[in-house]
Amino acid sequence: MAYELPKEMQEKLKEVVGHYPDPMSAILPGLHMVMEHRGWVDGEACDHVAEVINVPPIHVYEAMTFYTYFPRKPVGKYNLQFCHNIACHLRGAQDLIAYLDEKHGIREGEVTVDGLFSLTKVECLGACGNAPMMLVRDKYHEDLTVEKLDELIENWKKEAGNGHK
Amino acid sequence: MAPGTAAQRESGRTFRPENVDVVIRVCVGPGGIAAGAMDVIAAFEAEIERHGLHTAVEERPCSCGILKVGCKGLCARDVLVDIMQGDHIVTYQYVKPAMVPTIIEQHILGGEPVEKWRTDDDYDHFHRRQEKILLKQCGVVDPENIGTYFEVGGYKGAREALLQHTPEEVIDIVTRSQLRGRGGAGFPAGVKWAATRRARGNLKYLICNADEGDPGAFMDRALLEGSPHSVIEGMVIAGYAIGAVQGYIYVRAEYPLAVKRLRHAFAEAYEHGLLGKNIFGSGADFDLEIRLGAGAFVCGEATALISSCEDRIGTPRVKPPRTAASGLWGRPTNINNVETFANVPIIIRRGAEWYRSIGTEASPGTKLFSLVGKVKNTGLIEVPMGMTLREIVEEIGGGVPDGKTLKAVQTGGPSGGCIPLELMDTPVDFEHLQALGSIMGSGGMVVMDEDSCMVDVARYFLEFCRDESCGQCTPCRDGTRVMVRLLEDICAGRGTPEHLERLEALGKAMEAGSLCGLGESAPNPVLSTLRYFRDEYEAHIYEKRCPAKVCKELITFCIDEEKCTGCVVCKRACPHEAISGEKKQLHVIDQDACVRCGICLDVCRFDAVYKE
Ligand SMILES: Cc1cc2nc3c(=O)[nH]c(=O)nc-3n(C[C@H](O)[C@H](O)[C@H](O)COP(=O)(O)O)c2cc1C
Ligand code: FES
Repeated sequence: MAYELPKEMQEKLKEVVGHYPDPMSAILPGLHMVMEHRGWVDGEACDHVAEVINVPPIHVYEAMTFYTYFPRKPVGKYNLQFCHNIACHLRGAQDLIAYLDEKHGIREGEVTVDGLFSLTKVECLGACGNAPMMLVRDKYHEDLTVEKLDELIENWKKEAGNGHK
Repeated sequence: MAPGTAAQRESGRTFRPENVDVVIRVCVGPGGIAAGAMDVIAAFEAEIERHGLHTAVEERPCSCGILKVGCKGLCARDVLVDIMQGDHIVTYQYVKPAMVPTIIEQHILGGEPVEKWRTDDDYDHFHRRQEKILLKQCGVVDPENIGTYFEVGGYKGAREALLQHTPEEVIDIVTRSQLRGRGGAGFPAGVKWAATRRARGNLKYLICNADEGDPGAFMDRALLEGSPHSVIEGMVIAGYAIGAVQGYIYVRAEYPLAVKRLRHAFAEAYEHGLLGKNIFGSGADFDLEIRLGAGAFVCGEATALISSCEDRIGTPRVKPPRTAASGLWGRPTNINNVETFANVPIIIRRGAEWYRSIGTEASPGTKLFSLVGKVKNTGLIEVPMGMTLREIVEEIGGGVPDGKTLKAVQTGGPSGGCIPLELMDTPVDFEHLQALGSIMGSGGMVVMDEDSCMVDVARYFLEFCRDESCGQCTPCRDGTRVMVRLLEDICAGRGTPEHLERLEALGKAMEAGSLCGLGESAPNPVLSTLRYFRDEYEAHIYEKRCPAKVCKELITFCIDEEKCTGCVVCKRACPHEAISGEKKQLHVIDQDACVRCGICLDVCRFDAVYKE
């Protein structure tokens, strides 16, 4: 079945269209809703958003591919948004990203086989004071080290094992 | 409902610090939360409950209330907790839940502060040289409680502006204060407001640029998360002044906490009639809405931001027309940065002359900087304009840690440049930084020490600009690509003298030919490092040597025979199994298998691994 937003989100999106003189302004809010609902965006989702707000689908595709915020493949339950920007870079972010790959098999653009982890490299998240850092499920994890990563990943595995949503 | 003590819960939103004897202020800025502030708060609540401290009893007059406050600046020391008894404040650093019972028993009940957990001299130095106007509120008000903002004079500026001044008078005050835009370019705010007010048309828009994307910068995030109402208040005043009834705050989707606190603050402001119709009975209306960005740095550029609100992708356009004449949906639009707006209520309240008495003649007021990188006290600071880089890095920042030496300070993010040690006595204001080939930018200040390779840093910023270029114009799109390739060559030891000439020529072409600020300023990190650190480029090219030992192709990792104890920690940690050696025997790195990830160097406890 083709992807659709839940009915109440569709209604909300239609209402958003009314805030603006031009329905095109609702493209980004629409894509953000898909993110909120599912965590990633693809062509089907674009078609759906286009239909709800009544604009040509090509414009929604264009937005999806222009911005980096929308992953185009499913992400893991824990999507590690790892900052690789300057302050984090100076404090060894690239080594930690390599470590995640080598030790835990977590690498950019892939989901681990258990479906738990994925990695997105992101630009500065404004937590440079405690670099290196990453954002996971809206939570900042700072002053990261190899040991800290091991611990976090262990904890998440346990959390997932306990049927935590 | 947010957590709080029983006393706080009872009084709900209007928890008033003066109703309790002891106020416990806990930092819930992002640094604080990441360090476990919520657990610390829970621990305080449990202890308060256990000792029955939410109400004072006669023999023990110390009722306690917990106040959650925004970023206190020195995030590296989080969780920071202030214990306030009247004017007397004791600050604890690195607070963990396990420390809370002792703090309550020994300090609050026993009257003896726990000396060993208090902040030290560094913390005092960090704060002593600062001049906090905007940040004053950040560490004092509860960002999710408008009542605490009222207590520090919140919305008085807006009331005064809307009830006692005409829009023209407001613009006049802001113009006379010489407030300059804090988003990077330093354009006088009053002049811009006047242009938007004069522009033809009834429908005008006001936008707050909170797309903060400069690497190393988090001033706007701290303001939005720590004192969202000061930004909203600034916008209410600006909306009235330019004649806009609708405003938007364009904020990065990657700042979830800022978005959440803004939404909460909007609801509070509407509830108190500070947004919406007929504000303060003045007849002025103003509505605010959030627009979420989606991870495109270029959308911080004013025209790109507008286009991202209008339809779909954020591509800048050629100016003129200026946004004041034709902006959002073709209407006159005024766009200012978060910090610019946050200054406005204070200027209205205290007057243009007062404001001009701070900072320098051409750049009055204070500026927020995020001090990051190789500096002891990383964090958010506010200083009067004109303070020297040396004062900022050494006195406030506490200098470079681990006995290393300072090499350069990078200001202005990817549009800025690197200022070398010899020029540390430069006063920080718009003009001086520009003269050195850097810019003020939005306020990121990245400190670099002898371990930072300037070619690597330049390559780093160029990669950023290449990835963030919108792709519209050729000088920026292709220029950044070619520059990255040239820099990669140099870092890998493939550079020739010609590489430097090409970098310089290309840089000039991009400055002249790009459509927007991104491309125009993208060469700055390269040109400024070529200007001040040419010798480092030359070492890479002629000697195939990276003086800072950063560029992976030009270094090797070795193990010191004297220091290695054969503990096998590095051997186990090496993801490529490049290290051999038995327990208690000397370990050796196989240079062919080594990918120079540096993990062995990080894990060795005996400093036996070194770079060559
Ligand atoms: C590539 C680029 C990125 C920018 N990013 C930001 C930003 O994140 N925040 C900001 O306030 N201004 C940014 N600006 C500056 C804006 O174009 C604009 O000058 C500013 O928002 C105006 O507000 P101000 O006068 O209060 O500084 C950027 C400019 C360029 C060229
Ligand atoms: S550079 Fe990583 S959070 Fe700023």
